[in-house]
Amino acid sequence: MEDDKKISGRIFDIQRYSIHDGVGIRTIVFLKGCALRCRWCCNPESQSFDIETMVINGKKKIMGKDVTVEEVMETVKRDMPYYSRSDGGLTLSGGESLLQPDFARGLLKAAKELGINTAMESMGFAKYETIASILPYLDVYLMDIKHMNPSKHADYTQKSNELMLENARKIAASGQTELIIRVPVIPGFNDTEEEILDIARFADSLPGVKQIHLLPYHSFGRGKYEGLGREYPMGEAVPPSNEKMQQFKERVERNTALYCQIGG
Amino acid sequence: MMMYNPTPIAKSERIKRMVDHLFAKMPEIEAARAQLITQSYQATEGQPTVIRKAKAFEHILKHLPIIIRPEELIVGSTTLAPRGCQTYPEFSYEWLEAEFDTVATRSADPFYISEDTKKKLKEANAYWKGKTTSELATSYMAPETLRAMEHNFFTPGNYFYNGVGHVTVHYDQVLELGLKGIKEKARKEMADCSFGDANYAAKMTFLEAVLISCDAVITYAKRYAILAASMAERETNVTRKKELLEISRICDRVPENPAQSFQEACQSFWFIQQLLQVESSGHSISPGRFDQYMYPFYEKDILSGRLTREYAQELIDCIWVKLNDLNKCRDAASAEGFAGYSLFQNLIVGGQTAEGRDATNDLSFMCITASEHVFLPQPSLSIRVWNGSSRELLMRAAQLTRTGIGLPAYYNDEVIIPALVNRGISMEDARNYNIIGCVEPQVSGKTDGWHDAAFFNMCRPLEMVFSNGYDRGELASIQTGDVEGFRTFEEFYEAYRQQMEYNISLLVNADNAIDKAHATLCPLPFESCLVEDCMKRGISAQEGGAIYNFTGPQGFGIANVADSLYTVKKLVFEEKKVTMRELKRALEMNYGKGFDAITAGEVAVQVGKSLKAAGQEVTPEIIALTIKQVLNMELPQAEKKRYQEILDMIDELPKFGNDIDEVDTLAREAAYLYTRPLEKYTNPRGGSFQAGLYPVSANVPLGAQTGATPDGRLAHTPVADGVSPTSGRDVNGPTAACNSVAKLDHAIASNGTLFNMKMHPTAMSGQKGLENFISLIRGYFDQKGMHMQFNVVDRQTLLEAQKHPEKYSGLVVRVAGYSALFTTLSKSLQDDIIRRTEQAVNR
Repeated sequence: MEDDKKISGRIFDIQRYSIHDGVGIRTIVFLKGCALRCRWCCNPESQSFDIETMVINGKKKIMGKDVTVEEVMETVKRDMPYYSRSDGGLTLSGGESLLQPDFARGLLKAAKELGINTAMESMGFAKYETIASILPYLDVYLMDIKHMNPSKHADYTQKSNELMLENARKIAASGQTELIIRVPVIPGFNDTEEEILDIARFADSLPGVKQIHLLPYHSFGRGKYEGLGREYPMGEAVPPSNEKMQQFKERVERNTALYCQIGG
Repeated sequence: MMMYNPTPIAKSERIKRMVDHLFAKMPEIEAARAQLITQSYQATEGQPTVIRKAKAFEHILKHLPIIIRPEELIVGSTTLAPRGCQTYPEFSYEWLEAEFDTVATRSADPFYISEDTKKKLKEANAYWKGKTTSELATSYMAPETLRAMEHNFFTPGNYFYNGVGHVTVHYDQVLELGLKGIKEKARKEMADCSFGDANYAAKMTFLEAVLISCDAVITYAKRYAILAASMAERETNVTRKKELLEISRICDRVPENPAQSFQEACQSFWFIQQLLQVESSGHSISPGRFDQYMYPFYEKDILSGRLTREYAQELIDCIWVKLNDLNKCRDAASAEGFAGYSLFQNLIVGGQTAEGRDATNDLSFMCITASEHVFLPQPSLSIRVWNGSSRELLMRAAQLTRTGIGLPAYYNDEVIIPALVNRGISMEDARNYNIIGCVEPQVSGKTDGWHDAAFFNMCRPLEMVFSNGYDRGELASIQTGDVEGFRTFEEFYEAYRQQMEYNISLLVNADNAIDKAHATLCPLPFESCLVEDCMKRGISAQEGGAIYNFTGPQGFGIANVADSLYTVKKLVFEEKKVTMRELKRALEMNYGKGFDAITAGEVAVQVGKSLKAAGQEVTPEIIALTIKQVLNMELPQAEKKRYQEILDMIDELPKFGNDIDEVDTLAREAAYLYTRPLEKYTNPRGGSFQAGLYPVSANVPLGAQTGATPDGRLAHTPVADGVSPTSGRDVNGPTAACNSVAKLDHAIASNGTLFNMKMHPTAMSGQKGLENFISLIRGYFDQKGMHMQFNVVDRQTLLEAQKHPEKYSGLVVRVAGYSALFTTLSKSLQDDIIRRTEQAVNR
């Protein structure tokens, strides 16, 4: 038990009073390192597991820090009064948390021991056994599904989607967590009705899944690419309009039994 | 469980027009009251003071010009011009005469004044030379106290120059019994007075003054009855004619008689609210639990079908407009400290009943709606939050907050009630508390709380530790030893504690002197007859007639002191990265950032003094040269570089407001250095001192009198407001800031604490945004926070408003314990508000 608290992992940020991701007031712990390289990624500092230097507002900042479960929980615990008033809690994000499974599990388990609600944003990029070992401590699984077509998926993220879709089915079948499907709506990649509906139909086929969230592309990450000395892969891509997002929502809700939400 | 209807009611066209009328012109100073009180005082020389006060009140109310403004349903105006003000020479007048030529053009709260008014005021004021409360108070003070005030350790300015105010009277008794009933009580007390009673003379005189004062108010109301009737006669619009006739009928009946309808109750309430402010110039005369004492009248009329909810809302809206019609001209320095033409008439809804059940009713919602409709700074709307609060009411309050008006302020019953009980207040009374002025809790109709007794700058004693008691070249405080000789942080801390204790004792000395002066010269018989137990005891509230008596001076600058102590502890004693000598010199040299005109002026005064002491001539040339030298002083590069290094090291240190226990603990301890010593002092009214922790907006002008501090704050910049973290220093978000502030002991600061938070509109969008907003307050309150208030604006909007004030005249922001129109605030206060951290969502 004590050993779980000593597990170390690598994070690049902890964000308190996060109120736009999930239910209530939440603390988001961002784990470093990702398996995918999505072109639209707004947290490029999350991708490499290596500790990096990023320039923000002209100041150099070290991105990445090795910390123990216990140390992270010190911060997470501080907002317990707000979680209990708002049904909020801890959210793991990344990167892909599943690349540090022991650390992720350790954090979620420690939160559950304190009665804190848990959520994880993840693509499900891991062996199912790994995911299965985490599920008992996870209240909400916020799973990204970006595209149903494996080759297009690989084109834009450098990985195919088969493993993740398979995991989505298994997670849903386990009934151990509330699974919510999230779709980043990316111009030129998946922003057609057909592509969005494909994902929605798949989500609708998963037992127990009731919600789908459409997250419109934004370019807030552009400055970070500059800060890391990298080129911004999305160029001048324009975020989808509110009307377009609204249309997607209506189409999804007409064609599936899902509740569709725009934004997290 | 009480049933209530939370549905908002639409705004009537009348209200918009009334507000426009109110703000059509710059407010104006009028001379009528000053002339009338002077005439009366000249005619009553030699009579008992309290009788003279009553007769003056009577003379004023018989002759003060009266007016009914267009479309008003609730009448009673203190000035002919909308938002005008009268003056109160019996408290002080010299400052106004000195500012005659600048009062119309000053940055904070300007007032128009005509040449004719100036002449009339000068004539009246001449009578008051040597007779004012401020002169008497000064004569009562110890020389050390006067010196401390001169050196800006604290300012008792509010009551020093003005009436006390800061009271909530028994409005409920006037509504239920009428002034007729109050008079009957007075007569009964008189009848019960035995010839042999030791206090026969004092009591009979006081009660006689009460009878005169009540009659004066009745007479004033009847003048309005006549005016309304005559206006009705000339009125051609049938609807308005009917309204005027009804106003006439009502003013003839109330406040003399018990109110028989909701509209009568509204009118009766208003006369009391208005005339308390004519009797004395005190501000923060707070309506208190309006939703509670008005409810029986509302309920009765609604049930009987005589009243619609729509008309009730319109009447409440009309009262809200009237609350903004009252105004007060303060001296230039105080105007900076209370900026925004505010009268701090605090009105509170929700909370618990005396029995400890939820008190929410229809009127609680309608008060919030009224603030939304009228959208002006007054009343200072507040809401009581407790574990059993109506969720619907909190959501409705959050909707109002989201509009950006800075209202309501949120108060935590779960801290305030025990804090009051700890001060000797009964549980039932404590549950019935309301807020006075900015943030001060008390029991209505039973308290003379002196809630705004002074502002104490906690940074100044810290400066004295470094200077060993010297300020501007002379000894200004006690000597606690050479700061460079301290070997441990504990020694340093002990020196600060001693500097605090000494100056706190002088603050008490000042307050008690002023207290005594008010009791001697300005007892207020009308206010006192509506505060228990003045009539039974036969003395005014000013002489100790109230059941609960307090003096509440505020300390501020906690965040600066905490961060400063942490700097000294870490950099000087623990890590030894900076020597005390270096730090001391860095502060003196303002971290090498140059000196402003304030420092230059101070140095020039010192030079002048030392020249004089040496028997040399002080010429204007020498002064001008000194000022020039100070302003242009260039430090050697190496020295400048070192100061920058020190400043950078300070910047890197953790700061209060980020949920870091080590710093927050120092803040808690530093606050105790103010709150604990105060508790042991008593006042002349037989009550005790209790601390508050908030500065209204005095953190800006008083910051301008404070040198550089070890937290990296440069000389003469604002100090932190209230218990909030220093502007821009809280970087871990709202929950971390809340946690830090909650670590202070709020219950001991039973005169109120003030926590300002600026929220970005996006943080409150949608239903979810409101819910999370309430959860934030709840989470803070669960950890024993006392008060919270919010500015919901984006920085860009404020910057725009500064550039183009004409386009943003309606922009209301939260200043301190109140809201004000942003464009009426001084530039420096505007800047301070902009600097306060905008708690936006950063990702």
